[in-house]
Amino acid sequence: MSDGKKILADQSRRRFLAKAGVAVAAGIASGVRIIGFPDARAATDPVTGARRWGMLIDADKCATGCNACVQACDDEHGIKGHGRPQTDAQWIRKVTLRDRASGRETSLPLMCQHCEKPPCVDVCPTGASFRRADGVVLVDKHTCIGCRYCMLACPYKARSFIHEDVTDQKPWSPRGKGTVESCNLCVHRIDEGKGRIPACAEACEREGHRAILFGDLNDPASDIAKARAEQESRELRADLGLNTGVRYQNL
Amino acid sequence: MLYRHGFGRVLGASANAGVFFVLCLLGTAAFASEVSALLPPIPPGKGESCVEPTDIMRRDHMKFLLHQRDETVRGGIRGAKHSLVGCIGCHVQRDAKGDAIPVNAEGQFCESCHGFAGVRMDCFECHAAVPASGQTPAAFSKRMFPLAASAGAAASPGAE
Repeated sequence: MSDGKKILADQSRRRFLAKAGVAVAAGIASGVRIIGFPDARAATDPVTGARRWGMLIDADKCATGCNACVQACDDEHGIKGHGRPQTDAQWIRKVTLRDRASGRETSLPLMCQHCEKPPCVDVCPTGASFRRADGVVLVDKHTCIGCRYCMLACPYKARSFIHEDVTDQKPWSPRGKGTVESCNLCVHRIDEGKGRIPACAEACEREGHRAILFGDLNDPASDIAKARAEQESRELRADLGLNTGVRYQNL
Repeated sequence: MLYRHGFGRVLGASANAGVFFVLCLLGTAAFASEVSALLPPIPPGKGESCVEPTDIMRRDHMKFLLHQRDETVRGGIRGAKHSLVGCIGCHVQRDAKGDAIPVNAEGQFCESCHGFAGVRMDCFECHAAVPASGQTPAAFSKRMFPLAASAGAAASPGAE
């Protein structure tokens, strides 16, 4: 390479680096702004990754025998059983853990854990199972073919298949035979952008237990982020590395 | 000679076209009245006008619904005007007791046309065909679809 060509190449390299620096700075600045104003989203805007919705469940506060969250979920989404517990749809259920050594029992609600890396999404052959930008894992029932592969893949047994015709659906929660469904974190409430919380969390608060805390995991000022910073919380089956949006304390 | 011949041909052709045009008009008028007699009676909607002109809605309502359903399910966008809940809110009829009649029941808004055209719709296998009970459709639409409500379209202005 001649000297002249070398100088030219150096100059273009410098220009490229300068441009790249500006681009990175702009990226950081815009990123900071998005994080700084998480409330900017209106119901008419698409959801973004600026937020990640999640729950923090305190097993100590969850009362044994209390079923308020399950009832609230059923009412909110119009879920009715057919007296067949093995196949009836179940978006949230109460689980009792018993320590064999001490006999200590812990009660907790279990639902879709809204994983960052959801196995149900990995296996879905039609793309019906998906993770929304704000971390909510959903089933697009328009494209679900009811193969139930996601039900097998889910380590939390969180999904249900609808075996029978459904009537009297709620306008905000369409449900129909032949599709798979699970907890949708009450997206219709979240999307309103008015601070409404999912039905289960609302019911738990109403009962005075306050075991379910709902909020934005990405916002350090939110109650859920503060509670997580204060006390250790854990994922169920953390060994799978799914980074769940629902976490538990005092298990 | 050539010119006159050509002119005569043009004149003759235009006369023929005129006769044909008049016949067509007569035919269309007769056909139109016949069609309006054949079309199913469609229950009227609420409010001044629909979210789009009627001819566009007749032809393209399924495209609007398809487009918006993806934006809502995948993108969490609530508030655009082409919502199924909005359709039901404006077009649902009520019986003598004031209870909502499902829009897919015989003779109702969706079924009257779909039955006539022989096109099956599966929307209501999953979606509710009546507004939420215990709340007016307008109240629900307003809460869920603020954009449409401010446009005064899908929010069924007469219902509240």
